Amino acid sequence: MDIVKNSVGRKLVMAVSGFGMIAFVVAHLLGNTTLYSGPDGINAYALALHSCSALLWSFRLLLAVLFALHVFFGIRLTLENRAAKPQAYARTDYRAATFAGRNMIWTGVLIGVFLLYHLLQFTLQVTDPEISALRHPDALGRPDVFTMVVLSFRKAAVAAVYVCAMAALGLHLAHSIQSSLQTAGLNGEKTLPVITKGGIIAAILIALGFVTFPLAVYAGLLR
Amino acid sequence: MILDGKCPSGPISEKWERHRHEMKLVSPANKRKYRIIVVGTGLAGSSAAATLGELGYNVEAFCFQDSARRAHSIAAQGGINAAKDYPNDGDSIFRLFHDTVKGGDFRSREANVYRLAEVSGNIIDQCVAQGVPFARDYAGYLDNRSFGGAQVSRTFYARGQTGQQLLLGAYSALSRQVRAGNVRLYPRTEMLDLVVVGGEAKGITVRDMVTGKIRCHAADAVCLCTGGYMNVYYLSTNAMGGNVTATYRAYKRGAFFANPCYTQIHPTCIPVTGDHQAKLTLMSESLRNDGRVWVPKIRGDRRPPHEIPGEERDYYLERKYPSFGNLAPRDISSRAAKEVCDDGHGVGPGGRGVYLDFAGAIKRLGEDTIRQRYGNLFEMYERITDENAYKQPMRIYPAPHYAMGGLWVDYNLQSSIPGLFVLGEANFSDHGANRLGASALMQGLGDGYFIIPYTIAHYLAQSGPDAAGTGRPEFVRSVEETEASIKRLLSINGSKTANEFHRELGGIMWEQVGMTRSRESLENALRRIPELRAEFWENVRVPGGEEDLNQELEKVGRVADFLDFAELLARDALHRNESCGSHFRMEHQTEDGEAVRDDANFCHVAAWQFTGADREPELHKEQLSFENVRLAVRSYR
Amino acid sequence: MNLTLYVWRQSGPAAAGRLEEYRAKDITADMSFLEMLDVVNEELVRSGREPIAFDHDCREGICGMCSQVINGVPHGSQEKTTVCQLHMRHFHDGDTIYIEPWRAKAFPVIKDLIVDRSSLDRIMQSGGYVSVHTGGVPDGNAVLIPKADADTAMDAAECIGCGACVAACPNGSAMLFVAAKVAHLATLPQGRVEAARRVCVMTEEMLKEGFGNCSNHYECQAACPKGIKVKFIARLNREFIRAQLKGGKDT
Repeated sequence: MDIVKNSVGRKLVMAVSGFGMIAFVVAHLLGNTTLYSGPDGINAYALALHSCSALLWSFRLLLAVLFALHVFFGIRLTLENRAAKPQAYARTDYRAATFAGRNMIWTGVLIGVFLLYHLLQFTLQVTDPEISALRHPDALGRPDVFTMVVLSFRKAAVAAVYVCAMAALGLHLAHSIQSSLQTAGLNGEKTLPVITKGGIIAAILIALGFVTFPLAVYAGLLR
Repeated sequence: MILDGKCPSGPISEKWERHRHEMKLVSPANKRKYRIIVVGTGLAGSSAAATLGELGYNVEAFCFQDSARRAHSIAAQGGINAAKDYPNDGDSIFRLFHDTVKGGDFRSREANVYRLAEVSGNIIDQCVAQGVPFARDYAGYLDNRSFGGAQVSRTFYARGQTGQQLLLGAYSALSRQVRAGNVRLYPRTEMLDLVVVGGEAKGITVRDMVTGKIRCHAADAVCLCTGGYMNVYYLSTNAMGGNVTATYRAYKRGAFFANPCYTQIHPTCIPVTGDHQAKLTLMSESLRNDGRVWVPKIRGDRRPPHEIPGEERDYYLERKYPSFGNLAPRDISSRAAKEVCDDGHGVGPGGRGVYLDFAGAIKRLGEDTIRQRYGNLFEMYERITDENAYKQPMRIYPAPHYAMGGLWVDYNLQSSIPGLFVLGEANFSDHGANRLGASALMQGLGDGYFIIPYTIAHYLAQSGPDAAGTGRPEFVRSVEETEASIKRLLSINGSKTANEFHRELGGIMWEQVGMTRSRESLENALRRIPELRAEFWENVRVPGGEEDLNQELEKVGRVADFLDFAELLARDALHRNESCGSHFRMEHQTEDGEAVRDDANFCHVAAWQFTGADREPELHKEQLSFENVRLAVRSYR
Repeated sequence: MNLTLYVWRQSGPAAAGRLEEYRAKDITADMSFLEMLDVVNEELVRSGREPIAFDHDCREGICGMCSQVINGVPHGSQEKTTVCQLHMRHFHDGDTIYIEPWRAKAFPVIKDLIVDRSSLDRIMQSGGYVSVHTGGVPDGNAVLIPKADADTAMDAAECIGCGACVAACPNGSAMLFVAAKVAHLATLPQGRVEAARRVCVMTEEMLKEGFGNCSNHYECQAACPKGIKVKFIARLNREFIRAQLKGGKDT
């Protein structure tokens, strides 16, 4: 592949894979809102998702590929960038670069670690076998996702992990939405400030959206 | 000796065509056997190196900057002339030729100027093809504007950065040849000597400014494109690195220096603020298209400009030159400014400034239009002076800007040393005693793209390739002499800096050999320059060593050459006992202070030959004849 | 005014450098930043010490030679201003000023504040031109160019190649520099023909020279003394995608 030998090509891989994952995150968020309809909502949603396993697995495969590409090139680009700037200034006064933008690799690492935990917890369900949805069907025989989620988030530590992880996700997205659009060339002088602001707002909304679940459970609003 | 410019015979409009036909060619297969050195990468140097490289010659290009793109051509703002007559306002090759000869006060070589006008159109076409983003009108056609000293709109421009865009065009052509392997670039390399073997130029000696190493390069021909010498005045609009070293050292090796006294003082520069000042900033004279120049009628009037009513203002250019008004040629405008300031009407610190007022234009056209036309210049003015020129008039004063004089060349741009060619501002050829605005870019690119490729082939075809290299005794001697002179400078270990000597020299030059000159002032200068030079060689201090990047060493070498050259300039000014163009001798003026030429005695090029360090140079004359333009009193009234 | 300077001194490419303290005395508001350094240097020379080496030439903000990071900002804090055009009226008596060279792997320090920027030249040599021969070109008005396009091309072409974008970029990327040339030539019909090849080879050369990748921080735009916009980077990205869709640099 010639394209990944090129700096812009590599960035494009980051942008496209990132955008695919943003789409997933948004879909995931919308799906999760079924939590607010109680056990019937999310358990039905989960069952429906799992009923078409071919589709589910192709999505998972696609996501895994995007994730792998994103991680591989993310690390590679970061190492290249570090190498390109071997010595720091005695004083640095950033005028445009943001905290979010400069710490993409670290928020990325945090999200990666969180993702591992998240998959172990809710997908493979090995962290807390006593509340595993697969092993504890609800009254209608569906995996009881609702109870699993609610019981998990009642633990302060778990809720805190989720809130922190969503903060990392929010920061990551705050830079990445405008950045991926710029890298894809979908940007101009007039659209840039709009896209930058819009990206930050979208990132905050997404992160806040996810944060409502552990908070609502922990606060006892969802039971 | 009477010099021969070797102009071809025949009607002026056919000379170049015929000459091109008569010149010898080098066959494509043989071109790569020749090596050509190009020193300097401004408009002339870059365009020459790119074109010669493309033709197949082995080219080596040198510049003292860190990149070829930074040569001072980049700073030219206003535009480039071409006799395209796109606006249908009566322009023609002949008119451009005529204007240039007249503008130069009949002290240039007719055939050269005509050829320049002839190739002017090709330059525009070439630059457009390279991707130079010239200004366009709404229909997509190239836009033109009028420029100082011209009554037609023949100036092409790219915002206020025409020189930059043209140079980047030439630099891109050069870059292409570098990648193709036809040109080898040597940035941060300064030429310190010309190597002459058997009377012909066969190479140069350079100093690598990073390692300090002195080495030679051999070639079949050398092109000097090293710009002008106006930093002899210390403060000028030239870049800080601008110097006379390359041309002066060629002069010391036998190349004749022609008309060094023709020095242009540009009328629209930002006035000096204090002793700390390192250089002067020019603002495009296109400003004069809409700005009106005035001073208070009352001497020493210290009121702010807006409090001075119209009837107490002297719009002296409009008063003295009603038909050209604020667009009078540079030499005339500059001298007029000096005159009113000398007379006590000057404004700003030290009374060395005149107003350039846009109030009327802003009222007539609106601030937006003015911003569109000159926004970048107004910004620059504000950055430097902290004054808003939309609200109050600019203050301007003349500053040394361009050298019309330079190494003498014949019609083929070859100097008095065979194999040494001189292009652009470094030669003397096209502008006579005064250069018109937007003509320098034209000459630099004309020489490089369209003239040297033909004339150098003619020389090379006759001389044959030379494979002897740098082992010859002349090269060895040149390196030894160059190293010795550097060692000598480093060993003086005095108490004054090179810059202090330069500033002092500049003071003498500006006061005694500046905008106006007289026998008395010139004799004064000729007495003081050698004194200063003697002090320099006893008391200059250069820290650091030679085997390293040493900017003080670079500077001191250039100042040493300026100290020699200044004397030659003053001597030439003393010799030219007439007023013409930029050379204004107080003894030769009309009652209203206009220049009076002496065509009977001075209708010649004065070319000086070096005869030894402590000996007077020998004067050679090239008689100028005017067959197509009537020798007349230049009038812009 | 009197100032305290901390200036990066490094005797050669291989030597270790450090910040050294200097006093700048009796500086006036009308001086440019470089004239202030001239004053300091003149004093150093008089006292037999080596002056601070720094690149400069035109001192009108157009040659792109001057290159200093002042208090952490390339070319200092004034917008759209090169060091040579930065004036001391923007500083106050008693200020402390840090002066450092451009820092990037692709810009090795030669001495003090002087760096080697020949990598930018090599990027230009890789494809920053229209492959036109001297002579034999059509009349300048043979191909009409809409005014808007000519203006856009000029906006991009104003780049002075100083490298402040690289110095400012946390990644040491030269994307703004490359984008300015790519956009300038791609906007004009004369440069359009080679646009696909140009964008590919210039960005490849950028990587080869050791510049970093663009992370869209836009520090470059903030530092650019000519106000070159990052919209040209988006333009470069579009040109790159277009080139890839057409089959890469060999089209």
